[in-house]
Amino acid sequence: MRIQLQVALTHLTGRRRQTLVSLTGVVLGVAFFLAVSSLMRGSEQDFIKRLVDNSPHITVSDEVRRPRTQPAERRWADGAVKIRNLKPQTETRGIRGYREKLALIEAIPGLRVAPVLVGSAVLTFAGREEGVTLSGIVPETMKTVSTIQDKMIEGSLDALDVNPNGIVIGTGLAEKFNLGLGRNLTVVAASGASRAMKVVGLFRTGNAAVDETQTFTLLKRAQVLFERPNRVNRFLIQLDDAYAARTVAQRIEDAIGDKSVSWVEASEDILSVLVVRNIIMYSVVSAILLVASFGIYNTLSTIVLEKTRDIAILKSMGFHARDVRLIFLFEGVIIGIIGSLFGLAMGAGLMQALSQVQIKPPGVSEQVFLPIWWGAQQFALATAFAMTSCILAAWLPARRAGRVHPVEILRGAA
Amino acid sequence: MSAVLRAENLVRILPGEVPVTLVKDVSLAIERGEFICIMGPSGSGKSSLLYLLGLLDVPTSGQVWLDGEETSVYGEDDLANRRLEKLGFVFQFHFLLAEFSVIDNVTLPMRRLGRLDESAARARGLELLDRLGVVEQSAKHPHQLSGGQRQRVSIARALANDPLILLADEPTGNLDSVAGATVRQILKDLAHDMGKTVVAVTHDAAFAAAADRRIGIVDGKIDADWRAA
Repeated sequence: MRIQLQVALTHLTGRRRQTLVSLTGVVLGVAFFLAVSSLMRGSEQDFIKRLVDNSPHITVSDEVRRPRTQPAERRWADGAVKIRNLKPQTETRGIRGYREKLALIEAIPGLRVAPVLVGSAVLTFAGREEGVTLSGIVPETMKTVSTIQDKMIEGSLDALDVNPNGIVIGTGLAEKFNLGLGRNLTVVAASGASRAMKVVGLFRTGNAAVDETQTFTLLKRAQVLFERPNRVNRFLIQLDDAYAARTVAQRIEDAIGDKSVSWVEASEDILSVLVVRNIIMYSVVSAILLVASFGIYNTLSTIVLEKTRDIAILKSMGFHARDVRLIFLFEGVIIGIIGSLFGLAMGAGLMQALSQVQIKPPGVSEQVFLPIWWGAQQFALATAFAMTSCILAAWLPARRAGRVHPVEILRGAA
Repeated sequence: MSAVLRAENLVRILPGEVPVTLVKDVSLAIERGEFICIMGPSGSGKSSLLYLLGLLDVPTSGQVWLDGEETSVYGEDDLANRRLEKLGFVFQFHFLLAEFSVIDNVTLPMRRLGRLDESAARARGLELLDRLGVVEQSAKHPHQLSGGQRQRVSIARALANDPLILLADEPTGNLDSVAGATVRQILKDLAHDMGKTVVAVTHDAAFAAAADRRIGIVDGKIDADWRAA
């Protein structure tokens, strides 16, 4: 064994109680760091998963990011062009030539796409009226991009294929109207067209806004109701790799010209909140380790003071300042390693215990388990933090020990 | 004989508001195998001189040659290396590491130097302890030993790396007369039988009487330099 390491071990075992206190600080620090960060990261991933799963990864809509440039602007690219009395064209809105564009998108590997025509409609039943969002869908493709099929509690999306006059509504809406499966209601589109439709499916997502305002019918039926034959105004796209959404969205927009928004872009504000939340969490949990490192600093400082004579004798014998510093750094590292090992074990225990805890968040009907992320990254990060704070805590006493001048001590002792 | 340790115009001034001159213009040459005693009243600067000769302290001016090398050019680490290889120290208080066993204390300098592997260092340590008559104590800890035994262990430690020179600061100052006599005899034998140079600072008249050469220090200056016939 290296002599510096042996001296370090002797110092630590010589002050067993203080070493144990320092060690406990590190163990608790690492354990809480691990437990809290794994819970936070777990909930973050849970949140992102919901975000990603419950909304399309990419939504293509019948808008353009920049209005079409006028010929005059193209002619005088450098000039300030003012165009007055521009009259917008009256046309059937929607994604032009959607079949070709759909084929173009479908050719990209690793994605599923569903064409949708979304519009506003008013449902009336028994004298009650409710404004809703009516989506015209192709059940076959819709099922591949949305979780709505999994949320069906009665009937199914496929029932729309069988009954072209069918409509699928949420339970919130059904409760408002006080109606059930198989009942007829009247759908009035913004254009004025109206049609009696039969409820063929009920879904519940748990999100009140969705359950009360979203309705689905067959694409063809919606096109007729909205008087927009052969048009859709949305492509909903689901990817195999949700995190590729940004680049794929860009690619689609470049290819077809219509505005493609990825979930990343749409949720930028929420994602930045998560980043801030992580910064807060990591500062809090590292504070625990910081406090622990004060314990180590205290212990090692005491040892340096107590062992000044030993340090002087080692230096008079021919030990370098570096050797002496190394002794105290070793002490920090030893506390760090042992503390991390026990801390990781204890942290894993805490994580296991936390993952058994069930909670019922406000506004949610079912109990859920606390989301815990078991990623190796957390374990590595906790260890790295602990080792860094241990070494930093050891550094000052080590430097002080390295500066001990043997003659001053020998003079004092004589 | 060539001087194994030579000092020229050594001056050591402790800086401060009122600078204190510890050693004033000391020049001396020490031959191989000499048993030298530095004597003087308290505060005369004899210990300070020993620290300068032992490369523990750096002179304000003047030079020290150790084994033919001028040492003022060396930095702290080089001086430490010279101490490790060529010098051994014995102090008034034994200064053994309390948590280490006797044998571990003795092997400490050898393990720092790293010329011997662990088992060879241990064998040499036991041999030294045996020569100093304390080999039975090798597994004990310093607090289990008598004062004389501790001082013998610290001599064994000073000899660990087979130094040219053994420097002792009041080696018998803390011992009773019997133990003091033993330590004195050991140091004398080291010089005469093993060819070590021994430089000891002492108050002890009996110790001084045993030396080959006595140097008297008063007020940081050499006052007398006497050689036995």
